[in-house]
Parts: sequence; C-alpha cells; structure tokens
Amino acid sequence: MSTYLPTQLPGPQPDLDDQPFWDFCKARELRIQACADCGKLRHPPMPACPACRSMRTTWRAVPGTGTVFSFTVCHYPAHASLKDVVPYNVSVVLLDGTDDIRIVSNVIDAEPDEIAIGMRVALAWDEVADGQVLPRFRRAP
Amino acid sequence: MTVAFPSDTAIVGLGESRYGRRGSITEVSEFQLLCEAIAAAAEDAGLDVGEIDGFCSFADERHEPVRIQQTLGIPQMRFSNLVWGAAGGGCSASVMNAALAVHAGICKTVVVYRSLCQGQYARFGQYRPRPIGGSYMTPFGLLTPAQYTALTFRRYMFEQGTTEQQLAAVPLTFRAHAQRNPRAIQFGKPLTKEEYFAARYIATPFRLYDCCLETDGACALIVTSLEKARDLRQKPARILAAAQASNKGWGLGPVASHNMALEDYGTTNSRALAEALFAMAGIGPEDVDVAQFYDAFSGLVLMALEDFGFVPRGGGGPFAAAGNLAWPNGTLPTNTAGGLLSEAYLHGLNLVSEGVRQIRGTSTAQVADAEISFVNSGGGAGHKSALILSR
Repeated sequence: MSTYLPTQLPGPQPDLDDQPFWDFCKARELRIQACADCGKLRHPPMPACPACRSMRTTWRAVPGTGTVFSFTVCHYPAHASLKDVVPYNVSVVLLDGTDDIRIVSNVIDAEPDEIAIGMRVALAWDEVADGQVLPRFRRAP
Repeated sequence: MTVAFPSDTAIVGLGESRYGRRGSITEVSEFQLLCEAIAAAAEDAGLDVGEIDGFCSFADERHEPVRIQQTLGIPQMRFSNLVWGAAGGGCSASVMNAALAVHAGICKTVVVYRSLCQGQYARFGQYRPRPIGGSYMTPFGLLTPAQYTALTFRRYMFEQGTTEQQLAAVPLTFRAHAQRNPRAIQFGKPLTKEEYFAARYIATPFRLYDCCLETDGACALIVTSLEKARDLRQKPARILAAAQASNKGWGLGPVASHNMALEDYGTTNSRALAEALFAMAGIGPEDVDVAQFYDAFSGLVLMALEDFGFVPRGGGGPFAAAGNLAWPNGTLPTNTAGGLLSEAYLHGLNLVSEGVRQIRGTSTAQVADAEISFVNSGGGAGHKSALILSR
C-alpha cells in the first residue's frame, strides 16, 4: 500500500485522552468519541462532553464518507521529507453521519487543480510507520 | 454583564532594536536586542530603566523577567506575567495585563516586550513538534501557520465570494505604506501587482507575499499611570480598552483538529472579543480613525475586518479592493508602518507601537488628527486580544 506522504513524517502521538481513536484507526475503523450520556459527538477526543459535561464516553462508528469542507495545496515543503512530494493537499473533511465533525486529512487521488470544497470523498486507510494506520480519503461519487 | 476598562493608564514609551531579516543579526544575541529595546523604550518615555517594576509578555517569549531585571540592574520586580499560548494572540492581552497591574497599584511602570530572532532560534514556518493537537495535523502534512490559516481563509473565500484579486490589495497596500517607513524591512522595495501574482504559492490561496516576514529584532513599550504620564517626555497614548476572548468551542482552532463551530470556521475567532472590546471602549468600529490588523497572513485582515464589524459579512474583499485600507485616502488606513507583512514580524507588538505613533502624531503615514487607534492581535490559533488607544 502506498502512502500519500512519506513515512518519515512524524505520526500521531497518542496520549491517555485519545489512545482509543488511534487504536480504532489501526483496526481500520473510524470511530468518533461520543458522550455516553447525551450522545453528542466530539473531536478531537477530550475528557468531558462540552454539551452536558459528562465524563462518560463511548466511541461511535461513522460511515467513512464525507465532503471536503476546506483545503489547501501545500507547495512549500516545511519538513525535509516533503521536498520531493510537494505539491500535496491538506483537506478538512466534514464527516457524514455527524452534525459537524471534521477531520484533517488528505484526498490522495485528487490533483491540485481538481480538489474543491464540496467534493465527495470516502475513507482510504493508509498504513504508515510502526503499524499506525491513518484515515486518508479518496474521491467518491 | 457590563464590562469596563480602567481609564487611568497609558503607553508612554516605545523602543525597538533594529529590525533585520531572519539570520541577518549574528553579532549580538536576541537577548541583547531585547535589552536594547527596553532601554530605548525607557529613554523614549523619559524614565530611568531602574524605574521599571513590572514585566509583561506573551507566549513564545524566550527571555524571563528575572534575567532582564538582573542584566539591566533593575532594583525591584513587583509584577511578572506571561499570557498563554497562540503566540501573537496574546499580544494586546499583555498590554491589558500591564494596564491592569498599574491600575491595581501593585506596580507603577511596566515594560511590555517581545524579542524574536528566527535566525538564532527556530523558524515558525517549519515543522515543529506540537505535543498538544499535533497528532491531528502533522501526519497529514499540516505543519505551519501559513497552511492552517490557508484552510480557514479558503473556507472564508468560499462562503463570502472573495477573490484573489481582492486579497492582493492587502499585501500591496501594506507594502506601499512600508515605502514611507525607513525602519521597515521592505523599505525601498516596492511591490507591483504583477510581481505579487508571479510569486510562488506557499499554501494556496497564499502566495509568498501573503505571508509575513521572518524577522530578527526586539521591541518594547512602557505602560504607566496617566497621572505619571503627565510628567514624562511623550504625549501619552491612553489605553481606552483592551480585551482578551475566545469564541465558545474554538479551543486551539486550526492548530489542532479544525473542529471550531461551523459558523466560526472562516473567521479569526474575534467576534466575542470585538463585542467585549467595543463595549468597554464605549465606541463602535465607525469611530476608529486608524487600524493595525494582525497580518501574519494577508487573509487574516479580510476576516478580521468582518469579525470586528468594520464591514458587513462578505464585505472584507470589496472593502480592501476599493482602496479603503490605504493611507491617506482610504476610509480606514491600516497597517500604516507596513505591518507584519512589510515592516517586521515581532508577533504583533510592532503593530501596537505603530498604533501609539498614530496617537502621538509621529507615524511615517500619519492619519491627520487621529484620535482613536485600533490594534488586534492574533491569527489562526487559540485566543485573541485587541486594544483601543486614544489621545
């Protein structure tokens, strides 16, 4: 499986607040943290529900499709490993099955002049270093 | 809840080291530049450095008050304060804290300072580890302020119909202002629209000249009581209001997972701030004579114009393109020394200095009879702050 960005780029650094999110990713499941009391989804993972302040949490699977909410095409390589990779896109994807949850990601099969706000995308799991799997996206109908 | 700001403090001294491009100052340390700026600010005010008894700065400052106190032989330290992160977002808040400390009477003379030599330390425009929030950015190549601001501004452009032609007015106007300011790094280097559009993209929609300078330098200013100011050398710039705020749910904003409220995404997180600031000042945006907007990236200016109510939603691009930011004929001359784009990047403190000069009447692009001077602080990341100065 090819990675969209070089595996030398530092990966996620899970901590006690968000370890489950990244563990689910390793299992190729996109699950968003939800309040176990009022059900509200939140991202990034955090200890309490901003809506009801409950600290009981669960993790809810989402469909894995969405739309591009915003994007930038990065031309300047701000990390040494990206020198031969630019230009690449960073895209904020608004996830289906949620009111407003977005994840920062990449659309791996969109050329710089193709990507646009509103583009439909679907999950394309991408394995990087140390067995970590990242939620990237590809174009979808 | 009514809010109020004490009416008895002023900015009375301005000091700065020379400003150079990143890496151009190698013979003296960043710390020495800071000491030079503080000494110059005291001299400008007509104060002995030893009268300073308070120290304020904001996140990403490297030099602690105790070392400044030691090095400059300052007898007493009664107040020392650093505003939390998001770097530039805390700039006006550091002035606010200085004013509050003076008003409360726990100290008399506060220096507000920022030193920044990107040539001697790390560059902000390169990858840095971000222990909080970085997991949701770094693996996806979202590494720098230009990139994360590009995301919020791209959404703003989409929602408001802003064009790249409109955006170009921001860096071109500020570069023109810098041609009048010999202290500006871009002094003597005019920029044409053709050169602007021919420059490479850094992160779309931002081209090279949409991104601020990388600077070596330091600046400082002195805050004291209005009463004491009457005995000093300069015409005081009264701190009419200063405020710090963050919209509900913004969190670290674009320096994390980008889950700000949908309606806040394409903004500078300044609507709650604007409400508090103008309420305290007892004036509205229409009363402002001259403005300094935090322009780490050009697009921030268009978004902030709307967030602070200077123009209606969607009005930022047309307002800038019509020449309204330009000195002397625009309706709101903005970043009159050249801003972070063309004067220097001191994390916004040089914008406060220019706001003070406009009240003193000493700007190189002086707005005639300026009475109300506005400054905002902060770009993409966490909280924001702003202040209003008056005669």
